[in-house]
Amino acid sequence: MVLNCKHVWDQISNYIEDDVAPDLREAIEEHLAHCRHCAAVLDSTRNILYLIADDRVFELPVGYSDRLHARLREEIASGG
Amino acid sequence: MEVEAHSSGSLAGDSPGIGDAELIARILAGERELFHELVRPYEKNVYFAAFSVLQNEQDAEDAAQETVLKALKNLRNFRAESKFSTWLVSIAINEARARLRHARVLKFESVDESPPDEEGGFTPSVISDWREVPLEALERKELRELLQKAIASLPEIYREVLLLRDVEEFSIAESAAALGVSEGVVKTRLLRARLMMQKVLAPKLKSKRSGLFGLFRNRAGGSWF
Repeated sequence: MVLNCKHVWDQISNYIEDDVAPDLREAIEEHLAHCRHCAAVLDSTRNILYLIADDRVFELPVGYSDRLHARLREEIASGG
Repeated sequence: MEVEAHSSGSLAGDSPGIGDAELIARILAGERELFHELVRPYEKNVYFAAFSVLQNEQDAEDAAQETVLKALKNLRNFRAESKFSTWLVSIAINEARARLRHARVLKFESVDESPPDEEGGFTPSVISDWREVPLEALERKELRELLQKAIASLPEIYREVLLLRDVEEFSIAESAAALGVSEGVVKTRLLRARLMMQKVLAPKLKSKRSGLFGLFRNRAGGSWF
């Protein structure tokens, strides 16, 4: 199985998820070994995903949990 | 509250102690105050699901509160074959979408519900060699804003799936259940969302000189770059 760059981009998300069949994975890796552009696209995509998963990128508003449970307490107390 | 900002909010209902199913049974039998305990592990997921749609802290918090009240009111309708976490998040997404539609109507904007083309071709940003990128100059705040802006720039359907899968770390199946779409649709949207993020961010990150990623070394390890 020989893949071009477009085929690799189409599979890049599934590849990151480890959700591709073994023969397709092998073909992708064969392509990546010889195509520095696609290797860079894979690396950059994967690293961006590491970054956005970091807890410090998205934080809850200060006091969110307290306000949520206060509202819930009122609702439960009122029999709602 | 510092602790709150870093709470894990893990999905699953696999935490030790009383399981979701038992909590739900006891709440329905009259111990309504246990609802606090039931929602606490997922309250972060609820907020970010709402935020993925609304893109505004105050609106997302209001929608999150409404979500939890609706879940309490409708708990009898929860079906045990689905996970409580995904049920709760699906309520949050629907609540947030309803608020967004309402806000659009109020602003007299046209409500174009047709989704962007999900099948068309897409070209990622080709950079010569990502590993050459020196990134130390970015302050953490600057990085955070860059990432948040990139996510905010995505069309709603892509933003939702990216927030659920890549920020909240729902599985593909959980994301599909929460969004009410098939797993295939989640995967297609995820591919587009990830490549859009790459296209927007890779050139910006490359243009920065130095150490951005050093800021995240604790989580990701030093050798992945």
